[in-house]
Amino acid sequence: MVATPASPASPASPASSKAPVTARPLHAAPVPVARPSAADMLSVAEPVFEIADLEVYYGKFRAVRNVNMTIRKHQITAFIGPSGCGKTTVLRCMNRMNDLVAGARVGGTLRYHGVDLYDPQVSATEVRRRIGMVFQKPNPFPKSIYDNVAYGPRLSGIRDRAKLDEIVETSLRAAALWDEVKDRLRDSALGMSGGQQQRLCIARTVAVEPEVVLMDEPCSALDPIATARIEELMRELVSRFTIVIVTHNMQQAARVSDTTAFFTAELDPSADRRCGLLVEFGATSKLFSNPQDERTENYITGRFG
Amino acid sequence: MARALDLRGRGDGADRAFRGLAVGAATVVLVVLGLIAATMTRRALPVLEHMGPGFFTSTRWSPADEEFGALPFVWGTLYTAAIAIVIAVPVSLGVALFITQLAPQRLKRPLVYLVDLLAVVPSVVFGLWGILVLSPHLGRSFLTAGIILAIMIIPIITSLSREVIETTPQPEKEAAYGLGATRWEMILASVWPHSKGGLVGAVMLGLGRAMGETIAAALVIGSALGQITVDPLAPGNSMPAVIANEWGEADELHKSALIALAVLLFIITIIVNLVASSIVRRSMARTAGRRT
Repeated sequence: MVATPASPASPASPASSKAPVTARPLHAAPVPVARPSAADMLSVAEPVFEIADLEVYYGKFRAVRNVNMTIRKHQITAFIGPSGCGKTTVLRCMNRMNDLVAGARVGGTLRYHGVDLYDPQVSATEVRRRIGMVFQKPNPFPKSIYDNVAYGPRLSGIRDRAKLDEIVETSLRAAALWDEVKDRLRDSALGMSGGQQQRLCIARTVAVEPEVVLMDEPCSALDPIATARIEELMRELVSRFTIVIVTHNMQQAARVSDTTAFFTAELDPSADRRCGLLVEFGATSKLFSNPQDERTENYITGRFG
Repeated sequence: MARALDLRGRGDGADRAFRGLAVGAATVVLVVLGLIAATMTRRALPVLEHMGPGFFTSTRWSPADEEFGALPFVWGTLYTAAIAIVIAVPVSLGVALFITQLAPQRLKRPLVYLVDLLAVVPSVVFGLWGILVLSPHLGRSFLTAGIILAIMIIPIITSLSREVIETTPQPEKEAAYGLGATRWEMILASVWPHSKGGLVGAVMLGLGRAMGETIAAALVIGSALGQITVDPLAPGNSMPAVIANEWGEADELHKSALIALAVLLFIITIIVNLVASSIVRRSMARTAGRRT
């Protein structure tokens, strides 16, 4: 499937000959990974995010444009592409994290269950409670392991000790960390290894029971063994959550994701600067085995240019 | 024919010169500090011989009777400094948090500049302003001195706090925001643990300044002798203020007593600083990942 090709002069209209990706049925997609239930979901799962003609500016600089995609429930969607292609920018719009960057603003629409996330009525805090995020570098609080996981639930007003104990345990189990840390829950989280810290960050995110977990290159600071554990974990978590992951690692996208979005950066004719754009969006197996766009093919075969 | 490998390089003359300069500068500071301590202590000895431990415990200061008890001035110094800290810390932290977390970009620089400007106002100006504006209502008292001292230390505490707070790494803030924290919750979870060591340091520097401030305190504290009271509206005196006020008409023993006060003040500020740096060190170690 190919996103509307670059036609920066006019904003892509839904009525143009090449319909936005969101309108395409996905039932033709082959089974992406050995997980039949997920394959069924490719066609039937309800949309979580519907992104139409999204563009993001930092001040006057347009960082990314032409993003059209639908992200579905209980899928892992991977964003891949070279540096500067805007994949992290788009991810950070999906829970309003970009609000923290001075001068950032968006055009187009980004709907979450039909609600425009950038509607002035929408509270970024509320959005982030539902749409959690795991960052590139593990960033636990300088608190104990227990308090890291209990942080989110406490924010939502849970004070009951027994209830918190239970949330901490289930969250740490969900992040495959419980057995390693159950005897030292009171120790500082900063004493853990990088891989453990990242799983703790996942546990911390899971503890607030979000619907979506956004992951921004969650393995880039980890060694291969820790990376494998996180990937395994993502496969387990996707039965409960919808996951969107930004990765520099194409093999990782191919291994874990159901759907892949390929971004690239091209010269923006209106600004004489490079601007990211979505090139292709579709089932992972199809995108990697039979890319529809030459740029996708060049990138995944290593002939990026 | 291979010659022996020459690894002697270009020599390290410049390096040695730099080292000498650095060590020299550090030594000069220590020597000056040592000389000050030695001279002052030597000149303070006569009154200590005359009064014995009574210098530290007596509440009576009467140069005419050759009675020199330092306690009222120690009290005045600590009490006014405490009042100053109680007023200045919340204000300074509020301003620092406003500048770093809330203020729109275009307001930040003017605000920083304004607060820093407060720091360059000569202390005698603050003192006179205190006499003109505060004294009519509060008298010359511990409270008046405390308020003036607070105004004087607000810029120090504010700008140090601002710098400490601004070093909170973005990922640590995003950790809290990512879990749905509000700005205030983020400050508690990310900024505070990251900054508390530095903030304690900032407050302690302010405290040191408040205890050592001379002329502003001398103008508004009331110069009452022998007052040890918690009544904030009572006139009192502090160690630096009494030194400034009495030095001019002091005879030999009296001068020795004033010098002994200075030594005592010196020791108290050193203790405050040592305590502060140990608090800072401990809190740093905790955030750096030792067992909690």
